[in-house]
Amino acid sequence: MLSVTEIEKQEITFSADLLNKMGEIVGRYPEGKQKSALLPILHEVQAVYGWVSPEAMDKVADFLDLQSIEVYEVATFYSMYFLRPQGKYVLEVCRTGPCCLVGAEKIMDYIGEKLGVKEGEITTDGLFSYRGVECLAACGYAPVLQIGPEYTFYENLTTESVDRLIEELKNR
Amino acid sequence: MGRKLLLEHINVPGINTLKVYREKGGYKAVEKAIKTMSTDDLVEEVKKSGLRGRGGAGFPTGMKWSFLAKPEGVARYLVCNADESEPGTFKDRYLMTHIPHALIEGMIVSSFALGANTSYIYVRGEMMPQIRILEKAIAEAKEAGFLGKNILGSGYDLELYVQPGGGAYICGEETALLESLEGKRGNPRIKPPFPAIAGLYGCPTVVNNVESIAAVVPIVNMGGEEYAKIGIGRSTGTKLISASGNINKPGVYEIELGITVEDFIYSDEYCGGIANGKRLKAVVAGGSSVPILPANLIVNLANGEKRLMTYESLSEGGFATGTMLGSGGFVVLDEDQSIVRNTWNFARFYSHESCGQCSPCREGTGWMEKVLHRLVNGKGKMTDMDLLVDVSKKIEGNTICPLGDAAAWPVASAIRHFRDEFEWYVNNPELSQKQNYGLAHYADPLPPIAAVEA
Ligand SMILES: Cc1cc2nc3c(=O)[nH]c(=O)nc-3n(C[C@H](O)[C@H](O)[C@H](O)COP(=O)(O)O)c2cc1C
Ligand code: SF4
Ligand code: FES
Repeated sequence: MLSVTEIEKQEITFSADLLNKMGEIVGRYPEGKQKSALLPILHEVQAVYGWVSPEAMDKVADFLDLQSIEVYEVATFYSMYFLRPQGKYVLEVCRTGPCCLVGAEKIMDYIGEKLGVKEGEITTDGLFSYRGVECLAACGYAPVLQIGPEYTFYENLTTESVDRLIEELKNR
Repeated sequence: MGRKLLLEHINVPGINTLKVYREKGGYKAVEKAIKTMSTDDLVEEVKKSGLRGRGGAGFPTGMKWSFLAKPEGVARYLVCNADESEPGTFKDRYLMTHIPHALIEGMIVSSFALGANTSYIYVRGEMMPQIRILEKAIAEAKEAGFLGKNILGSGYDLELYVQPGGGAYICGEETALLESLEGKRGNPRIKPPFPAIAGLYGCPTVVNNVESIAAVVPIVNMGGEEYAKIGIGRSTGTKLISASGNINKPGVYEIELGITVEDFIYSDEYCGGIANGKRLKAVVAGGSSVPILPANLIVNLANGEKRLMTYESLSEGGFATGTMLGSGGFVVLDEDQSIVRNTWNFARFYSHESCGQCSPCREGTGWMEKVLHRLVNGKGKMTDMDLLVDVSKKIEGNTICPLGDAAAWPVASAIRHFRDEFEWYVNNPELSQKQNYGLAHYADPLPPIAAVEA
């Protein structure tokens, strides 16, 4: 849900690096088909800001010469774009059938207990949030979770390996 | 040991680099194709190979290629489908992670065969590490003169780009994928026109799965006829199977099509049997979208013969006693698993992933999820099973894309083969929350239907 009222307005200036990257992406498509760059650019924006705010989407629309609505409708369709701020590390645990056969639900419950938050909430130190996601094409290494923006994978999870991972992220 | 064509060198250190890949014979197919073959020859070889699309539908690749429209002065595109989101399927990730050049080489040969000068690999966005791996491999191939302008001095130009998705199962459907690649929501298009006539940017386009494109490399190297000698009947060549669930050795296996299902599950070369000494309860043989089969029907056909890992044998018996090879996502359930729970989980998945364009799919998947949810929680009614079958029938065949069917079959087949377990949940609302139903007595094969006398 895109609910602008609850979220503070963001002042956004895209860095030269980001703009360069965006320009490079546009170069992958034929003349006039720059809209194709939308999904990759939204990933780049999210990698910088941690989520895609309405202001950032408006900037992307300007850059690609699109209507803002064309960006909103895409950002709201796909599950990877965060429409509100998240924890610094979002633990995305696969919750689909094959993973559940080998204990994914228990791992997800354990993560919730350990972090002391519910799915989608952020820990008070701002470091963590978690959520269930659909099959990550790693069912043979289940249970699995991923952490953006580089989408590093953590496979064959156990409660011990979750403990170690969270410790390691806290000290990073 | 079965023959390996795609994963032969998987364990060679450094095979992810261009240098080692070439030492093992890599990029010979590009040289052979571009220097010695015409585009028509190439399409002919792929036709002869009998290769069938490895993305799920099993459509013959050579035939798909020959349908590509070639109007004068209009660009043509090859788009590789690396969206791999079908629950139970993880073979494309494996291939791209460990032998990225197998896909790049396949893309170059296939693009040349189709006359495409720009090609895209659409990778699901969650596979960011694989996207980086492919980008690096592309840079290496370009450096070595296999990509870019005037490849190997032939005058043929090709640019290859990797496109990330945004997280949506539906973008694996080829027309949704094209919409997504155009920067839009992943709503499947109404067909016709098929992508071969009007695909990416309205231009003629071929969409092929990662494994299909990688298979073009051995086909060009060995010749289509040789390739077709591997396998049985119309199931030619080798196939990557992603094996997961309650088995001793989950992972990706390259099999020669035609080995028995029993061998695949129990032999040490493949899954190594059921984990923890348990017994086999059921298998989803081709990714979450195909009908689930109980142990007796996956290992044997209804007539008692051994079932084989081929397109034909897996689908033998139709909906009543068969399933499908699909994408090769082989999910194994042991005796401790709940069919009702697994069915609810899959229904929730499809409800979540429906793009929402067609009412039967958008509403029907939601209803099925809700009804299954109450069954799982011991709050179901005896009429729920018929209700579910009824809803699934109303979705099936009434939608723009096959996601509707894919959502309907797992539910209908689970009730078809495991109705006793569903009824047990209704009759034992409290017990079902504490205890497993186990193997019980799932449906035995139906006796053959006697021919009706006229
Ligand atoms: C809902 C849905 C999801 C699909 N997901 C994939 C996928 O992740 N990867 C894939 O290769 N094909 C997928 N397909 C099949 C594609 O539409 C298409 O048939 C395939 O990419 C063609 O390639 P092939 O002929 O090489 O198999 C999916 C189809 C549907 C209906
Ligand atoms: S069947 Fe479902 S996923 Fe496919 S187009 Fe219709 S609503 Fe979308
Ligand atoms: S079901 Fe979890 S990765 Fe496939």
